[in-house]
Amino acid sequence: MATAIKIENVSKVYRLGAMGTGTLSHDLRRWWAMSRGKEDPYLKVGVKNDRTDGVDSEFVRSLHDISFDVQQGESLGVIGRNGAGKSTLLKILSRITGPSTGSIKIKGRIASLLEVGTGFHPELTGRENIYLNGAILGMRRAEISRKLDEIIAFSGIGKYIDTPVKRYSSGMYVRLAFAVAAHLEPEILIVDEVLAVGDAEFQKKCLGKMKDVSGEGRTVIFVSHNMAAVKSLCQNAILLKHGELAASGHADDVVSMYLGMDDKSAGLSAFFQPLDVDDVHIAKVAFKAPQAEIGEPITEGGGAELEIDYTIANGQADRYHFTFHLYNEAGEVLFGFSPTRENVGLKNGKNILTCVFPDYFFNVGTYYLTMLIVKDRKNVIKSERDIAVLKVVQKAREIGEWYGREPGYLIPSFQWIHDK
Amino acid sequence: MSQQNLAHEEWDMVIESKHSLFDLHLREVWRYRDLLTLLVRRDFVSLYKQTILGPIWFFIQPLLTTLTFFIVFGKLAKIETGQTPQPLFYLSGVVLWTYFSECLVKTSTVFKDNTNIFGKVYFPRLIVPLSIVVSNLIKLGVQSLLFIFILLYYIIFKDYTVEVTPYLLLLPVMILLMAMLGLSLGMIISSLTTKYRDLAFLVAFGVQLLMYATPIIYPLSNLKGRAFDILKWNPMAPIVEGVRMGLFNEGYFNFAYLGYAVAVSTVLLSFAVIVFNKVEKSFIDTI
Repeated sequence: MATAIKIENVSKVYRLGAMGTGTLSHDLRRWWAMSRGKEDPYLKVGVKNDRTDGVDSEFVRSLHDISFDVQQGESLGVIGRNGAGKSTLLKILSRITGPSTGSIKIKGRIASLLEVGTGFHPELTGRENIYLNGAILGMRRAEISRKLDEIIAFSGIGKYIDTPVKRYSSGMYVRLAFAVAAHLEPEILIVDEVLAVGDAEFQKKCLGKMKDVSGEGRTVIFVSHNMAAVKSLCQNAILLKHGELAASGHADDVVSMYLGMDDKSAGLSAFFQPLDVDDVHIAKVAFKAPQAEIGEPITEGGGAELEIDYTIANGQADRYHFTFHLYNEAGEVLFGFSPTRENVGLKNGKNILTCVFPDYFFNVGTYYLTMLIVKDRKNVIKSERDIAVLKVVQKAREIGEWYGREPGYLIPSFQWIHDK
Repeated sequence: MSQQNLAHEEWDMVIESKHSLFDLHLREVWRYRDLLTLLVRRDFVSLYKQTILGPIWFFIQPLLTTLTFFIVFGKLAKIETGQTPQPLFYLSGVVLWTYFSECLVKTSTVFKDNTNIFGKVYFPRLIVPLSIVVSNLIKLGVQSLLFIFILLYYIIFKDYTVEVTPYLLLLPVMILLMAMLGLSLGMIISSLTTKYRDLAFLVAFGVQLLMYATPIIYPLSNLKGRAFDILKWNPMAPIVEGVRMGLFNEGYFNFAYLGYAVAVSTVLLSFAVIVFNKVEKSFIDTI
C-alpha cells in the first residue's frame, strides 16, 4: 500500500498572550538571528503544551516533533484530550496554518470538514450557496452542476432551494451545508467532530457517508472525542498528549490506552470536601469501577461501585441512616436508594460502605449523586447535592456495530426465555 | 517500503515550514478560477439586497462627488481644468480614482474580513483580492456608462466638441495598471495589518491624502516648480493624465512616462504577491 500522507517532525509554536508592543522587536531579533544563519530564538523557549500547568514561557509548543505516515485507504483516528494538539494537527494538514518546523507530504486531493457551511452567504439562495460553498471547498463549477440534483436530494431542502438561506431554519442550513461537503470527492478526507453537531439521525448520516468514503478506498483522518465512533470507523489511531505523539497503532489499543490515562479533569470525584454533621463524619463518597482505583474509567456494562468512607462517633450508629438520589444531566431524579432497604444498618467507628451495582445497569452518561443523612428515621439533617459524580463511558464495540448511545439511562440485562 | 522507493515517490503537495519566497502556487489559483467568478457574483447579488435604490447607488456616488468637487474646487477655489468642462473633468477623475481606491481599501482588509472562512478551509487566498479587483471592474464599467451619458449631454446640449485621441486605446492598459497598483498596495497593507493593526487606521485617510497628490481635481500641468517635480512621480499620475489625454486631448503624457507607471506597478505587484503568500501561510495564528 502506498503512503498517502507523510508527516515528518512537525512542530507548531504559538505565542501566548496579546500581540502587542513586543511584536516588532521580536521580529527584528528573530530576523537578526536568522540572517546570521542561527536557529529561530523563539522556537527554543517553547514548553510542553499542558494547559493545566502554570506556563512561564510566552511561547508554547502546540505540537512537538510529530512524525507518522498514513497509508492510502487507511482510516486513522486522532484522539487526545482538549488541548492535546488535535485541532492544530488538522489545521496544519488542511493548510489553514503552516507548521513551525517539519514537513508534510500529501498525495491526492485533500478536503477537510472542519466545519460545515463555511462561506455560506445569508443573502444568497440555497442553490447559489451550493455553488459558492462547493467552490470554496475546491470543487469545479461543472462538477457542482453535475452533482447539484444529488446534493439537493441529499439535503432534503426541496422547494426551498431558491430561497435565501437566511430564511432557513438552523436544521435546514446544516443539512444543506453537509450535503455539499458530503459530495466532495477527495482522495483524503479530514473530519473534525462532525458528530458533535446535529441530531442522532444527522450523526448517522455523517458516519454513513464517512464509511462510504473509506469503503471506496479513500483515506480518512477522523478526530473525535467519541471513542466508540473512532473504534468503529478507524482501523488505526494515534494518541496525542501535550502535543506529543503518545501512542499509535491499532485503534482498539490506542483507545484503551487513552481511557486508562489518569484524568485530572475528572477532578470532581478526586476532590472531596469532608462532611461533618452531628456524630457523622463523611470522609469520602465516590463511584469507582469494580476492582479498580477511584478515577479509572467506568465503562457501560462493566458494573460500578459506590464507596462511602464514614465515621460515626459516640456509638450513635443506630440513630442514623443514609439515603441517596441519583440525578441525570438534565437534573431529573432517576431513582433513590438506601442501605436501609436491604436492611443494612450503619456501624459505629470508621467504616467503608460499598454499594455494588450490577454489570448491566448504567447507560453511558454522567450522573450526579445527592446524599441525605437522616436522623431518627425522620429528620433530614443533611442534604448534600452532587456529592459524587458517576461518569460512564462507552466500551469498545465491534466494527459495524451501532456507534451511538442507547436511549435512556439504564441498560438492564434481563432473562429471556422461550416457551416458559 | 524501502528508502529508495521513498525518494522516488511523487507527492502532490508538500507542506513545509520553510518555503521559497517565489513559490506562489499560481497554478492552484488557476484551478480555483471558478471560485473567483462565484465570489464576484456573490458580491453583486448581496451588495444591494434590501436597498431601495439598488444598483442606482453605482451612479449616485460618483455624481454627488463630482457635484461636490464642482462646487468646492471649481466654483469656490476656481482651480483651472484647461479646455475641458469641469464636470467632465471631475467625473473622469472620480470614476478612475474610485476604481483604484476601492481596490486598495477593500483588499487591505482581506485577511481581517475573511478570518472566519480562512480559518476553516484552505483555498489560494490570492483568489479573494483578485475577486475584489474584478468586482470593482464591473462597477467601473457601469460608472463609465454614466460618464458617457454626461459626455453625450455636453455634446448635444452644450455644443462641446469631443476630441478623442488614439491614446484612448490605451484605456485597458490604464485600467490594468490601476488594478495592479490598488491590488498591490492593498495586499501589502493587508499582510502587514495581520500583525500591526496600526496600518488599518492609516488606510482610510491615507487614501484620501493620496487623492490630492494625484491629478484628480487638477491637471498635472497646473502644477509649477517643486510640486510638479515631486507629484509627477506618483505612479497614478501618468495613468489619470493618460486617460484624460485620450478623452479630452489634454494632459501631461508620453510613453516614457507610461513606462514609468508600468515599471512601478510591476515591481509593486511582484513584491505584494510574495509578501501576501508568505503571510497567508500563518496569518491565522496572529490575527
